[in-house]
Amino acid sequence: MSALVTFRDLIAANRRKSAWLVAGFCLFTTVALTGLSLGILALAAPDAFAYWDWRQTLVLALGAAAISGLIAWLALYRGDKFLLFVSGAQPIRKEDDPQLYNVVEEVAIAAGIPPPPVYLIDDTAMNAFATGRDPQHAAVAITRGLREKLTRDELQGVIAHEIAHIRNYDIRLMMLLAVLIGTIAVLADVFLHMLRFAGHGRSHSRREQRKSGAGGNAGVVIVILVAIILALLAPLVAQIIQLAVSRQREYLADATAVELTRNPHGILGALRKLAGDTEELEVANRGTAHMYFVNPIRKYAARGNSIFASHPPIEERIRRLEQLLV
Amino acid sequence: MLAAMTWLPWVIGIGAIVLVVLYVISIYNGLVHRQTEAENAWSQIDVQLKRRHDLIPNLVETVKGYAAHEKETLERVIQARNAAVNARGVAQLAEAENALTAALRQLMVVVEAYPDLKANENFRALQEELTSTENRISFARQHYNDVVAQYNIALRRFPSNIIASMFRFPAYDFFQLDAQELAQVRQAPKVQF
Repeated sequence: MSALVTFRDLIAANRRKSAWLVAGFCLFTTVALTGLSLGILALAAPDAFAYWDWRQTLVLALGAAAISGLIAWLALYRGDKFLLFVSGAQPIRKEDDPQLYNVVEEVAIAAGIPPPPVYLIDDTAMNAFATGRDPQHAAVAITRGLREKLTRDELQGVIAHEIAHIRNYDIRLMMLLAVLIGTIAVLADVFLHMLRFAGHGRSHSRREQRKSGAGGNAGVVIVILVAIILALLAPLVAQIIQLAVSRQREYLADATAVELTRNPHGILGALRKLAGDTEELEVANRGTAHMYFVNPIRKYAARGNSIFASHPPIEERIRRLEQLLV
Repeated sequence: MLAAMTWLPWVIGIGAIVLVVLYVISIYNGLVHRQTEAENAWSQIDVQLKRRHDLIPNLVETVKGYAAHEKETLERVIQARNAAVNARGVAQLAEAENALTAALRQLMVVVEAYPDLKANENFRALQEELTSTENRISFARQHYNDVVAQYNIALRRFPSNIIASMFRFPAYDFFQLDAQELAQVRQAPKVQF
């Protein structure tokens, strides 16, 4: 690493990675959807596939590209609202919790970004996350459990950690990962179920199948190929996300929280309270776990060094922050 | 064939000039961007100081209801507040604001002796607003200093220093703490467990 890495460099890196992620997603889903539609068409109407027609394939590919482009657009511009919704986060006003709002506004001043709107997750588990595509379109969400158990300084530390993610554009990459990789996982699940269902149905029409000849066979081959790829990919969601989201990000956000608040005790106190907490956050899942302040899937939080972890172990984060006290 | 090649040096020359001009423009725009950031950060400090001024009359009224005979302390807060509102110029403003900070700290110490006041919901809300305002002011100063540091580095670093001196970009001063605050900051950090 070079000696002088400013947060501007981090922002540039996050923008670049986000662009690659969107491009990779569009390419992958276009190919997968084209393959699928070709296969399904071949199965449904074998006669139409008696000979190869590149124009037909082109139309299908353009349609698939349009769909994946639309999904990518929705992920970037509506992904934050979607993630807040699936996490059960409700917007709150300043009157509902003046202190929480004050803390968010203070830390936003320290980071030089507009204050993000605040959301509350009505759950007794202790956690928080930030999302959005840039500091002008961001939000922070905190669970009721965490809000109630922290002192003002600790709350400030947690919010500063989240605002660090916002300022560094970590939120954009994490949001795209959650929505796009999540979309692929859901598509794979739906498709695999469909395939199992179709498998049952097909045994009845085996005689017709035999009549249909080459077109039907090509369809079967394509569908099975895409199915194998998706089936291999779907369970790897957590690992793919973990590959992209370096755990260094969390250490960095902790350090930035101290830089913004000039107070290591706030975030340290919060992490110590979280280290003793074992409650699962039910609204989180494999696809969204990486966004949270600490790993919401508690059985992973303990073995933070394992390959399946999206977060570094809380004890290690505490240890690194304690080094700042000396 | 050879005649056709005579324009090549021209193309290369003009291309090089265009590249240099674009480079200068991008550095110039970068400097303008950082200067604007510094100015915005400065006005943010003003916004937060104004917020504190607006808060004080309400606070004084609430405290008066419970601790009327702390007249002297309350007077000092009001005077410091009015001096700060009317202060002109950076030096005068800094002095007046520091005096106000000291007076408010004194008030918060005095208030400790009045449990009824401390239990008052209105007072607690005001106290939260005051805590937040103090944080906002110091965070706004901190952010201003961060942004100014970035800007001043750009003024001195090659090659942006050439553009900066060509277009006379001014260096900005840091927002200094007063002597008393500086002494507090320089003390070893307290570690509480």
